[in-house]
Amino acid sequence: MKYIMLIYQGSALEKQAALPEEEKKQVYADYQGINETPGVTPGLPMGLAENATTVRVEGGKTLTTDGPFVGMKEAVGGWFILEADDLDKAIEVAARVPAARYGGAVEIRPSEVYW
Amino acid sequence: MGFLGSFDLAEEAAQEAFAIAAARWPRDGIPRNPRAWLMTTARNRATDRIRRDRAAAAKTGLLAAELPAEVRMNPTAFRDERLELIFTCCHPALAVEAQVALTLRSLGGLTTDEIARAFLVPEPTMAQRLVRARRKIKAAGIPFRVPPVHLLPERIDAVLAVVYLIFNEGFGGRDELAQEAIWLGRALAELLPDEPEVHGLLAMMLLHDSRREARFSDGELVLLEDQDRSRWDPERIAEGRAELNRGLSLGGRGPYVLQAAIASLHAETPCDWLRIASLYGELGRLTGSPVVELNRAIAIAETDGPEAALHLVDQLALDDFRYLHSTRAELLRRLGRTDEARDAYRRAAELMADGAERRFVERRLRELAGATGSR
Repeated sequence: MKYIMLIYQGSALEKQAALPEEEKKQVYADYQGINETPGVTPGLPMGLAENATTVRVEGGKTLTTDGPFVGMKEAVGGWFILEADDLDKAIEVAARVPAARYGGAVEIRPSEVYW
Repeated sequence: MGFLGSFDLAEEAAQEAFAIAAARWPRDGIPRNPRAWLMTTARNRATDRIRRDRAAAAKTGLLAAELPAEVRMNPTAFRDERLELIFTCCHPALAVEAQVALTLRSLGGLTTDEIARAFLVPEPTMAQRLVRARRKIKAAGIPFRVPPVHLLPERIDAVLAVVYLIFNEGFGGRDELAQEAIWLGRALAELLPDEPEVHGLLAMMLLHDSRREARFSDGELVLLEDQDRSRWDPERIAEGRAELNRGLSLGGRGPYVLQAAIASLHAETPCDWLRIASLYGELGRLTGSPVVELNRAIAIAETDGPEAALHLVDQLALDDFRYLHSTRAELLRRLGRTDEARDAYRRAAELMADGAERRFVERRLRELAGATGSR
């Protein structure tokens, strides 16, 4: 099964920035490890939410606003694709994402056409 | 392969098992254990039939609880499927209310309407809840299996909570549900013999169930102190106590083991109220539950008198809880504070639906009116 793994940083970036050097290295290594896990297709690095631009079209007019669709704290921070047998395996991989243990979260979205 | 298998198909109870198989298996794939699936389906149909005939069965003296056992044709195959089913139903990726509803529907064989009424939601709401949960299981790839060893401890907590909920629901009068919960508890105890809380839950259910025949007399509620001990089931008590000892010897001191220990003490005559109060105290510190403190107060009434108990009860923030008011009423009655007792009984009755409990309270009100010769 294909899963889209969405990484929400929440307060993780601030927390990670305050870590001792050893732990920072571990965070980096953990992200590397996930990207190298069998079944994982790394996503493109998502820039900071503050550099996002949100587009709506109302009454035929294109409206742009500065920033993400949701609040800055709630914006998606990264993504990757996971091919796994079942949800339990996806949960195991998600739990290894550093964001999940530093105040962020990982959302597991099964890839399916629902429209 | 496939997650559908027994889970999705087994709870279809409206048609002949084979007719369902003929319709569904080509579309959804053959279940992993076709024989168990067929028997589960047949059993669910039988359970529905048993429920409908329950009134007749009661009149002829047949315990509804006896009948499901006859329908179980192959316990081994059943047990495997049932455990996989309950772990799937109780997967943490599902909302708790969905876990309970799915377990009751798939394992308990309750209709959607019965589950809706049990949880005081409209039937379409419950139907949607079940549909959404099943869809989530398929779409998200929740596996149909007993979890691997490293995941078992956390998954077992969820299952125990759901089994306990089912037992409580059945204990109110739907015996086959209570027996279902006990059967599940036994299966879990075999699967996880080293988990003290599994034994604790089973022990608690067995000990409560042992008094099933004594709790009512001609449909009227009988308090513990007035129950006919000869109607208590000694085998249930013995099995319950054996399970409790197993839990205790494994070092268990969790909520289920404690509740089982209390239930075991209630089965003694006379009751060791001091130990019961002490255990409620321990349980209260674990759970922080005011309802536990209410129960502790009831035990304190026996050790220290109604005045001390009333003092404890009046500190509890449980104003919408019917048993708070019924307890206050009992204590006030014992203290001879009749007018206050009457008000408390009335408040309790207001919070109760029609049934044996409410009739009990109304009987107490009549007794009080008779005693004072007024209203």
